[in-house]
Amino acid sequence: MAENAIGQSVVRREGREKVTGQAKYVDDLSFPGMIFGATVRSSVPRGRIRTISFEGTIPWNEFVIVTAKDVPGKNIVALIEHDQPYLADGMVNHPEEAIVLLAHPDKYLLEEARRHVRIEIDPLPAIFTIEDSLAQKEIVWGKDNVQKSFLIETGNMKDAWTNGHVVVEGAYETGAQEQLYIEPQGMIAVANPADGVTVRGSLQCPFYIHKALIELFALPPEKIRVIQTETGGGFGGKEEYPTIIAGHAALLAWKSGRPVKIIYDRAEDMVATTKRHPSRTKIKTAVDKQGKLTAMNIDFVIDGGAYVTLSPVVLSRGTLHSFGPYACPNVKITSKAVATNTPPHGAFRGFGAPQSLFAIERHMDRVARKVGLSPDEFRRRNFLSDGKTMPTGQIVRDGVDLSALLDRALELSHFHDKRRRFARENTTSAIKKGMGLATFMHGAGFTGSGEAYLASIVAIEATKEGIVRVLTSSTEIGQGKNTVFAQIVAETLRIPIDRIEVTMPDTAIVPNSGPTVASRTAMVVGGLVAEAAKNLKELLKKKDIHFPVKVTAQYQQPKDISFDDKTYRGDAYGTYAWAVYVAEVSVDTVTYEAHVDDFVAVQEIGKVLNPTLASGQIEGGVAQAIGMVLYEKVEWKEGRMVNGQMTNYIMPTSVDVPPIRVFFEGVPYRHSPTGAKGIGELPMDGPAPAILNAIEDAIGVSINKIPCLPEDILEAMERSRA
Amino acid sequence: MITPKNLDEALTLLADRAAGWKPCAGGTDLMVLFEAGKLNHTKFVNIAALTELHGIEERSDAIEIKALTTYTDILKHATIQREFPSLVTAAALTGAVAIQNRGTIGGNIVNASPAADSPPALLAYDAQVELISVKGVRRLAYADFHKGYKQMDLQPGELLKSVLLPRTHAELHHYYRKVGTRRAQAISKVCFCGVVEREDRIKNIRIALGSVAPIPLRARRTETFLIGKQLSSKIIDEAKKIIDQEISPIDDIRSTAKYRRRVTQNLLEEFLCGTGSTN
Repeated sequence: MAENAIGQSVVRREGREKVTGQAKYVDDLSFPGMIFGATVRSSVPRGRIRTISFEGTIPWNEFVIVTAKDVPGKNIVALIEHDQPYLADGMVNHPEEAIVLLAHPDKYLLEEARRHVRIEIDPLPAIFTIEDSLAQKEIVWGKDNVQKSFLIETGNMKDAWTNGHVVVEGAYETGAQEQLYIEPQGMIAVANPADGVTVRGSLQCPFYIHKALIELFALPPEKIRVIQTETGGGFGGKEEYPTIIAGHAALLAWKSGRPVKIIYDRAEDMVATTKRHPSRTKIKTAVDKQGKLTAMNIDFVIDGGAYVTLSPVVLSRGTLHSFGPYACPNVKITSKAVATNTPPHGAFRGFGAPQSLFAIERHMDRVARKVGLSPDEFRRRNFLSDGKTMPTGQIVRDGVDLSALLDRALELSHFHDKRRRFARENTTSAIKKGMGLATFMHGAGFTGSGEAYLASIVAIEATKEGIVRVLTSSTEIGQGKNTVFAQIVAETLRIPIDRIEVTMPDTAIVPNSGPTVASRTAMVVGGLVAEAAKNLKELLKKKDIHFPVKVTAQYQQPKDISFDDKTYRGDAYGTYAWAVYVAEVSVDTVTYEAHVDDFVAVQEIGKVLNPTLASGQIEGGVAQAIGMVLYEKVEWKEGRMVNGQMTNYIMPTSVDVPPIRVFFEGVPYRHSPTGAKGIGELPMDGPAPAILNAIEDAIGVSINKIPCLPEDILEAMERSRA
Repeated sequence: MITPKNLDEALTLLADRAAGWKPCAGGTDLMVLFEAGKLNHTKFVNIAALTELHGIEERSDAIEIKALTTYTDILKHATIQREFPSLVTAAALTGAVAIQNRGTIGGNIVNASPAADSPPALLAYDAQVELISVKGVRRLAYADFHKGYKQMDLQPGELLKSVLLPRTHAELHHYYRKVGTRRAQAISKVCFCGVVEREDRIKNIRIALGSVAPIPLRARRTETFLIGKQLSSKIIDEAKKIIDQEISPIDDIRSTAKYRRRVTQNLLEEFLCGTGSTN
């Protein structure tokens, strides 16, 4: 096992404990004297708080009650902008905004009490859609509702639309999506002025919480400690939101002097926490007689919700993927994140890219149809390849051959044979079948200069007993980080994998290796782990070593990668994963149900560190994307999710998901010691356009909006008939 | 919750209206309400173990399915599989295996959800129901049991005792299709069950629907129109218009009235076309 640990399907380290029920999640933990916390929330989307009263026959004197005035430091959730309060103070800006916190030893009385807090709010006009926000129907954020905007321009847009080129315009929309991690959000806090604040819970980014609690409590960094507990999935949903629950639990603990546990049930988790940003994209393209793109004009807008949270970064990634894996000399991209009075939208696997890639990949199919080329041939004529330039000015240097990926995907899916056969059979069948594809890329690691700013550090410790300990702030959230880091160390040190411990993140113990996001863990942090292991190996060659010994490694931006955050030009990402996905879909014209019958996912993700885990990431991502496209629809009413139950918010089951056939190509990333690139988010990007392209192939109806449920297919079929 | 020793004791408890007892069988609906904090009633008689209400009995004229029979029991029953296949299909499409093991046919009926899976099959098979109380047993056609949304011909103190499915030697064509929000563990958006006996013309036909009206619905006007008819595309179109007038679907969190209307018509067509050649 020590030899060549990388590349083997080593079994998930925490898998046995999870499947046998021994793993301890936050709700399994208890502390002496611990009480329970609950959140009282806004019932209206926007307004001014007039009175808060505590009613009914509740023994209120037994309760710990926290409002904005109890905050010891700053009442802001420190992230990008400082616009979001921990507890609404005066104004509320979205439904379910936290206003009052309660704690009590009796969970059931607590729930009763929560229903007897009466908050009177004078309502103010609110807006709920991108269009209303752009039109400034009401100004609900800043001076113009715009939380962030970007402009990317290259070439000359003026002359590109003439000369007999085929011009195609389109508008594309995507909806919100709930992360639906299996374990709802939860935190336990212990806090008092003497010892400071310690929070434990289900989370992705311990140092995000650390940073925010410093501000909330006005305490020095060493007085704040954040510890991850076993985490049942994140998908981005536990990137920024846990900072809020951690703060709430800590405020109650601080005031009561007792440990406080806050666990959201599924309903609260669904209505109150972040979701994928809804988006709309307008695209206008010109194509010359050779089928080459000559101009692209893209306008990408996302709904940020009531506060900025991570929307600027989501917008950035969406913007930087909006042009797809294509070369085009004249490009203009404008993008905006706009405010509405819904709970803030947030991080979700893909982080803006699934939205903008859906638009461009639907658009490419429509253009191919218009110019009379097959969807694969039109894309092939426009593919980026090594040496070609992206609209950001980034020159591709990944050694990628998209044409070869495309060939492989077409062959594995029998794309052309099936298309011909289905076209013939569809004329006599109530079930119409179709084939659709999408070609795309996903930038790995933080956008732009993000990794340089983060300057992540990892540490490795070796003990006298021969144990090697990996210390990072990267969290295990079901993706296999514990296993992959152990494999990397085993490979470098040539020691058995069971001698390696991967420490659970605890900000008092681990260095800051950054957040567990952006498909960066295996590639960036894993690379640092390899480097630290190499440093340890060198150190151990010396004589007179006094154990334990500790070595570190810190991220250094490679010299040939640079990005200008002001002009948005340069290497937006150090590298990209590249992929071609093919969906085979059937649409039942009796019930308008679409079903994915077969799915082929071919991707180039650098060196595959653990084939089983890597395939699992792809299969899970494709399944989650099938949910986003065909099943999962957030029903909004006045900015509030009204189907916050798993009986009404429908995620696909195993019988709704087809066999997902996963194939890898591996061109090792030149700047990663392991050769790995990012993989976690990639599979979220391609299925949506591939499936809707297949639906159009099946029924001849162009649908440019997801989610696309049977009711939507019925409407679209009627519209096209009219 | 209290657990009575036998049926008589249960009926005596339920007869005391002032005490306010309600029955709880498999609990698969009640426990969901309880977990959601929406179950306001607190006094329950646990009838799950009452042997008098368990079992399937075969008689020459009918199959009697006692109220506490689970979906799993129905799924496994050879005679029901052979003679009432749509009820088996309905049971197989209800919830997940855990629900099928625990949930009962009686509970599915008296929960009175218009979206329940087995009622359309029971209606299409012309079932009767028997109700029992301290006063005795009464029997009525299942088609007369549901009166309005969540309203039933069920007196206080009465329990559903059994469901009777009349047996026949006729050559029948059976059709059951649940259109849910997904392929498994779903609540139906439209549910259609049809039984037809056809020679050249339609001799006998029964059609029942779920999720398109306040109650599980027998489409009697559509049936009356079709009896004696020879199927043609014109007749099918007419039938589709009639069934559209019989149903009264709504827009709700799971679907739209428009979708339910269109799909109901499409399912009727699929059912009729599947019965043999059309002219």
